[in-house]
Amino acid sequence: MSRTGMAIMSRCRWFLGKSSQMELHSLSIREAHELLSKKQVSSLELTTAALEHIRKTDLHIRAFVTVSDELALEQARLADERLRTGEGVTPLTGIPFAVKDCISTKNVRTTCSSKILENYVPQYNATVIDRLAEAGAVLVGKHNMDEFGMGSSCENSAFFNTHNPWDLERVPGGSSGGSAAAVAASMGVFALGEDTGGSVRMPAGFCNVTGLKPTYGRVPRYGLIALVSSFDCIGPMARDAWDCAAVLQAIAGQDRRDTTSLPAPVPDYVKGLEKPVKGLRLGVPKEYFQSGMEPGVESSIREAIHKFEELGMEVREVSLPHTKYGLPVYYLILFAEASANLARFDGARFGLSVTEGAENVIDMYLQTRREGFGPEVKRRIMLGAYVLSAGYYDAYYLKAQRVRTLLRRDFEAAFEQCDALVAPTCPTTAFKLGEKTDDPLTMYLSDIYVVSTNPAGVPALSVPCGFSNGMPVGMQLIGKHLSEDVLLQIGHAYQSVTDWHLKRPTVAK
Amino acid sequence: MTTYEPVIGLEIHTELLTKSKMFCGCSAAYSEAPAPNTLICPVCTALPGAMPVVNQKAVEQAILVGLALNCTINPMNQFARKNYFYPDLPKGYQISQYDLPVASDGWLEIPDDSGEGTQRVRVRRAHLEEDTAKLAHQGNSALVDFNRAGVPLLEIVSEPDMRTVEAALAYATKIRAILRYLGVNSGDMEKGVLRFEANVSVRPVGSQELRTRTEIKNLNSFRALTRASAYEIQRQTKIYETGGEVVQETLGWDDVRGVTVSQRSKEEAHDYRYFPEPDLPPLEISRLWVEEIKAQLPELPEAKSQRFVSVFGLTVKEAKLLTSEKALADYFEKAVSLSKSPAKIINNWITGEFLRYVNELGLDLDHLPVPAEHLAGLVDLVTGKIINDNSAKVVLKEMFETGQAPQAIVEAKNLAQISDEGYLEQVVAQILNDNPGAVASFLAGKETVLQFLMGQVARLTKGKADPQVARQLLMQALTKLKEN
Repeated sequence: MSRTGMAIMSRCRWFLGKSSQMELHSLSIREAHELLSKKQVSSLELTTAALEHIRKTDLHIRAFVTVSDELALEQARLADERLRTGEGVTPLTGIPFAVKDCISTKNVRTTCSSKILENYVPQYNATVIDRLAEAGAVLVGKHNMDEFGMGSSCENSAFFNTHNPWDLERVPGGSSGGSAAAVAASMGVFALGEDTGGSVRMPAGFCNVTGLKPTYGRVPRYGLIALVSSFDCIGPMARDAWDCAAVLQAIAGQDRRDTTSLPAPVPDYVKGLEKPVKGLRLGVPKEYFQSGMEPGVESSIREAIHKFEELGMEVREVSLPHTKYGLPVYYLILFAEASANLARFDGARFGLSVTEGAENVIDMYLQTRREGFGPEVKRRIMLGAYVLSAGYYDAYYLKAQRVRTLLRRDFEAAFEQCDALVAPTCPTTAFKLGEKTDDPLTMYLSDIYVVSTNPAGVPALSVPCGFSNGMPVGMQLIGKHLSEDVLLQIGHAYQSVTDWHLKRPTVAK
Repeated sequence: MTTYEPVIGLEIHTELLTKSKMFCGCSAAYSEAPAPNTLICPVCTALPGAMPVVNQKAVEQAILVGLALNCTINPMNQFARKNYFYPDLPKGYQISQYDLPVASDGWLEIPDDSGEGTQRVRVRRAHLEEDTAKLAHQGNSALVDFNRAGVPLLEIVSEPDMRTVEAALAYATKIRAILRYLGVNSGDMEKGVLRFEANVSVRPVGSQELRTRTEIKNLNSFRALTRASAYEIQRQTKIYETGGEVVQETLGWDDVRGVTVSQRSKEEAHDYRYFPEPDLPPLEISRLWVEEIKAQLPELPEAKSQRFVSVFGLTVKEAKLLTSEKALADYFEKAVSLSKSPAKIINNWITGEFLRYVNELGLDLDHLPVPAEHLAGLVDLVTGKIINDNSAKVVLKEMFETGQAPQAIVEAKNLAQISDEGYLEQVVAQILNDNPGAVASFLAGKETVLQFLMGQVARLTKGKADPQVARQLLMQALTKLKEN
């Protein structure tokens, strides 16, 4: 660390010693914004504190694939300039954050935690990165993930495992495991994850982080390296619902470069948080409370439901009868779309290119993809080619698309009776590293509660709601199309009367 | 012995004349690119995370073509991914259309075998897709130029309705003319903006079965189309005649050797694994939009040709020739409007001497050195008897060479015709005097001598004598001699 950095660090400690017991790096967006606005702290100080904390803590967690120190300090200085003049200041101005490594960042390596992109540096920013830069947020790095988002534990990263900050022996969940672990360990104030079938919510639940999967199309995908184009949703992962609302505010809204993004106007999410939840109807889908759930998880959820009743919400049981088809529908469509989405990684234009000994272009393709992709990616590409092939298309892909319609109708029918659904995010808490790596099917099952929302396109928020055997439990609030405001409002109301989300692992300190 | 007839279907790939590419904002004018890989962006080079956006102009042009080919325009369009690996295909799939194309179930009329009537070729579908990059092989490696990658293409697929190579050629020629009429394709075959694929099979005459077909890819000229089809018909016929079976395969055309060459057998055929493109929502084409585009539909060759027959009194054959190219038809109409002479005579000049020069000099009809008003002026000089046909031909040649107006050339070369009867009478008298032998022959009944005497008139007047007047005076003088 530079001398200036050291000087700033000591000043921070001095300053914090006087005003708060909290370290600078563990502030929420709301807290940091307040200090920044009052000029009690600068973005450079916040950013330096974050970078320093990452340097120390990430040795154990390994949430970051890349830390972009120089860019971060430069952006922090720009943010401070904005804060000084007061022009164009948003709640995110000067706030350090990092993103899952499948979101393209200009001049910052973007790997998808895959060997095939190990040295790939994008020439352009994803729309969400541009929008956060516009809001004045400070990018400090890129998070580890399951390779191309294929996995539920971060163990499919081609580089290294990420550890759960609550227990380093355990996984952080996946595929946005690096993002969840980073936010939980206070390495950055918030993160952008990406949710294809629970990839934001599941690790958020495992790491005691609040994570939102927005409605499909609410947040533009341009620049997001696609896993499943019709499922992928970029979403905020943060300390609480308030922070998620502030981040969503900055990234939501139509983008002319992504014609699947929705033209619907973006409401004021932060303002909407304070709306009373009394009288809102909360559905409890009975299919989500069947066998296989860890007792500590179920009791936490039941307790949370009780809390909602105390808040004046109406709780009723509903049914999502096609839930059992969620997993097969999700995987069949995933295999198909992913197999095509990953075809561009051929060694010809960017990324890994293994040409040594290649006799022809086919050899180059084969060698590059053989060395560049990990086993789970290869498995899914092969399955995808299979389900789309002549003679099998109708039985697999087409059938899955039809059942997808049924899943969507399940939700539509449920939302005629209620404003949101509540369910566990995951049947268990974080499992041990290596526990499920030999059995892909068991691994797939950990996503059983989170996968159905993506084929249906509806939004869902994972909120910390307790602990089971010392590990965090996540609760999912699922809403109707474009009802992020309602989900955040319920999450915020819950967090106003509980403190689960405030609990931090020791490494975060 | 069994006689075989060919069964031919055509797929025509036409690049559309849009400013930007099919799915991004890059310029589509790749043939004018300053250097390889200068008209590219993350979308058309398939960088990770880049997403396509549909070019509305391309959709409009596709609708225009669909309407011109009497197709149904489908209200719901879906793009689809056609998956295969090749270095000219950056995404590893081509965005195309599969079960929901822009246009389907149309038809086109072409002359029938007798040449007297017409026959319909059904158009199965027309769908939008994107062009590939260009490969340049260099020794042991290949270079890729992505300037062309993503340029909009419309693929027009016919039913196997053509029974002769001539019919296939007529169909292809007519499609090209229509595309040019619509302004959606330059028709510049040498630049590869129009490419054909022929599906060919043969069967015993009288049979209705569709036998195994072969597909000849990448035919880039009418000549290649006709030669390759003819060769393939002959090859397949020979196979059947010697008791063999035609194998379903994809063929290439070796223009130098004049043979088709196997590229892929049925077993090696790609399974393209089509599925709906999830990066693009379904594209709705409203009735209103189609009506708006219909209103822009220009007069097409068929209608124009009929109008030329009824309005200008041309024969069907003349009208078809004039309307085969929009530029030619426009030229004709402009000349007619600027001239006092009958349209028929203007037609004769255009389809005669004029086109001969155009073809001889290899000129582009859109950029002619002779504007329509000059041609109109020339024809008026002839019909006004200021110059005779022979002089007019000389003047036209000069017009093509210098771009000058006909009046100026006539003046400069002193080519104005002599119709003055008094002067011509003197000339005739002199000729009769100088050629007593010929006169004697004529009087003896050998009337063909008249032609010789006319030639003498032309010689003496340096070709400027009004032939009609000269002939009349000559006849008068000879008749008088006879009577005496």
